[in-house]
Amino acid sequence: MYFYKSMGVRAGAGETAHPTRTILHSYRRNRVKHLFDSDNAEPNLVRYPVCDFICVCNQTMISRVQKKDSSQVSIHAEETQPGVLLLKVSGRLDATTTGGVWRDAMLAIGRISPGHVVVESSGIRYCDISGIGLFMEIGRRQQRRNGTYEINGLQEEFRQLLDLFDPEKLETKPPQAKANLVEQFGTVSYGAWQEVKGLITFLGQLSVSLVSAAKHPRSVRWKDGFQAAEKHGADALPIVALVSFLVGLIMAFQSAIPMRQFGAQIYVANLVALSMLRELGPLMTALILAGRTGSSIAAELGTMKVREEIDALVTMGLEPVRFLVVTRVLAGFFMTPLLAVFADLTGIVGGAVVMLSLGFSLETYYYQVIGAVTYGDFLGGLAKSFVFGLIVAGIGCARGLQTGVGAAAVGESTTKAVVTGIILIIVADGIFAVVYYYLGI
Amino acid sequence: MSDRNGAIIRVEHLTAGYEKVVVLNDLTFKVYRGEIFFILGGSGSGKSTLMKNMIGLYRPATGAVLIDERDIAAAEGDDRLETLRLFGVMYQNGALFGSMTLLENIRLPLEEWTDLPSEAMEVIARMKLQLVGLTGFEYHMPSELSGGMQKRAALARAMALDPQLLFLDEPTSGLDPVLSADLDRLILRLSKTLGITFVVVSHALSSIYSIADRVIMLDTDTKTIIAEGRPQELRGHSNEVVRNFLNPQSADQTG
Repeated sequence: MYFYKSMGVRAGAGETAHPTRTILHSYRRNRVKHLFDSDNAEPNLVRYPVCDFICVCNQTMISRVQKKDSSQVSIHAEETQPGVLLLKVSGRLDATTTGGVWRDAMLAIGRISPGHVVVESSGIRYCDISGIGLFMEIGRRQQRRNGTYEINGLQEEFRQLLDLFDPEKLETKPPQAKANLVEQFGTVSYGAWQEVKGLITFLGQLSVSLVSAAKHPRSVRWKDGFQAAEKHGADALPIVALVSFLVGLIMAFQSAIPMRQFGAQIYVANLVALSMLRELGPLMTALILAGRTGSSIAAELGTMKVREEIDALVTMGLEPVRFLVVTRVLAGFFMTPLLAVFADLTGIVGGAVVMLSLGFSLETYYYQVIGAVTYGDFLGGLAKSFVFGLIVAGIGCARGLQTGVGAAAVGESTTKAVVTGIILIIVADGIFAVVYYYLGI
Repeated sequence: MSDRNGAIIRVEHLTAGYEKVVVLNDLTFKVYRGEIFFILGGSGSGKSTLMKNMIGLYRPATGAVLIDERDIAAAEGDDRLETLRLFGVMYQNGALFGSMTLLENIRLPLEEWTDLPSEAMEVIARMKLQLVGLTGFEYHMPSELSGGMQKRAALARAMALDPQLLFLDEPTSGLDPVLSADLDRLILRLSKTLGITFVVVSHALSSIYSIADRVIMLDTDTKTIIAEGRPQELRGHSNEVVRNFLNPQSADQTG
């Protein structure tokens, strides 16, 4: 008698045995528990006829699943007559135990390609829907190859469960995802046109609401406006100041080296002051706000849209643009220039730090800066900031209100708000550059 | 079967709340294996808080919730995962993952927790959808479905791993009467054939009378259980709140 107590043997892929040996797989705690030689099995064990193939078990159980799983399931497969496969399944078939049995059963069917499969299931103590799935799959495979199958000995309660399902309905195809090139081009173009149309419509609604707000200032919810101003303006001051300071510092430092070759280091002050006031102060502020404020507005309004709060406003007769957008746009319009002034100032301070380190006095730097810039430069930069503020807040609101359905849509509109905001800021900046050139500012 | 072995959930002296507000005050009850157990109560009586304590999302202030003799709040690491795997939860609004199709939503727990071959997961996930009547919607995103459909899909996902215990939060709200009767029948069948235990938070009287084995009723004022037992027996309860809840028509007449 051969009795292999092989608790230490993993049921690895490609396990082989003598062809005349039947292997009874017992899955328990990720191990093959017993290996019986069928010819010499103990008398009280069921003796299975000689099987002409080997079940290959490639269990890769996830240990955390199996850790406390005391269930046990076994499968025995044999070809009783040519073209007839007998699958004897016993034990507990549930979501965690079915995997190994499933593989063995499918392997046996694939290998023998039987015309008829008999599933002997009287030994099944428990079978949930995952276990029923095994029977369904056996049925489906047999139907596909015009074979037949029968399930014997399944307890009545499990058979009731089996009857709940229709194998034919398990075969739905995924929808055709591939569209041809023309269709794709059309869809993309239409989408882009709809976006432009949406933005123009929004601009119209916003203009009407802003004019109406100017006519009836009492109708504006100023409290919300001040809150938005604090959140989107004052709270952004530290980051705006820090970034501008560093930009001024880096610019001064980078330009000081080539300037030294020409003995023109003092003009670093002109360079920093002019570029901060005319260009970088307003632009950096706007870009930071596009990332910080634009995204936050879009996410906030987007979430309100998803949670049907916008719909609630509409049905209450409250125009969302007037109610939510006007205050935010006004806050952006007035706070962005203020932040830009701070950005100008901290940028110039950044330049001063470099100049001091180069040996110039603060007084020299001050008079050089005062001499270099005019009110025109300062006001020109400030004028841009008003427009940038409108763009950041307006685009944030527009994208927020365009949000579709679901959590992912909020992320999408937030991204769109930042991207569109940055693009429009750069475009507007370019237009300003051309206009200022012709106006001689 | 002894009382102790028969209970799948034991709630012992559970007190829970938010900061200084007590929502549940010293609750003790048991849910037995295989039964359909309803938690009833008016708005604000703490039903959802109780359920969230039972499924381990909240930690009780005092007392404990034992699922299969394991303290869900105290369990950590692998023990916690083992305990969480014992049950499925269907949330009130579905809580399906919006970035995945229905099929992927149901496959997710199977992929993470079982060693089933891919085609087996596919078949099992499709069967779960068939069970809740959503054949043909496998590749739909949750946002493309109605509220009732999302709810049924959520039930299918809760059942992905065929747990022995299912928590259902307002399962039939938002469903039409036919679908809600279908769902009741499904719950009953799963309970009978697979012996699944259901803990249901619901107001639907039709469900309570047709499928509930036992109910508890929470009271908004005292924050405790004011009634426990079979729904039919509680119709004549001495407490007026319980009577009015379970006999709404007579409450209309008297009130």
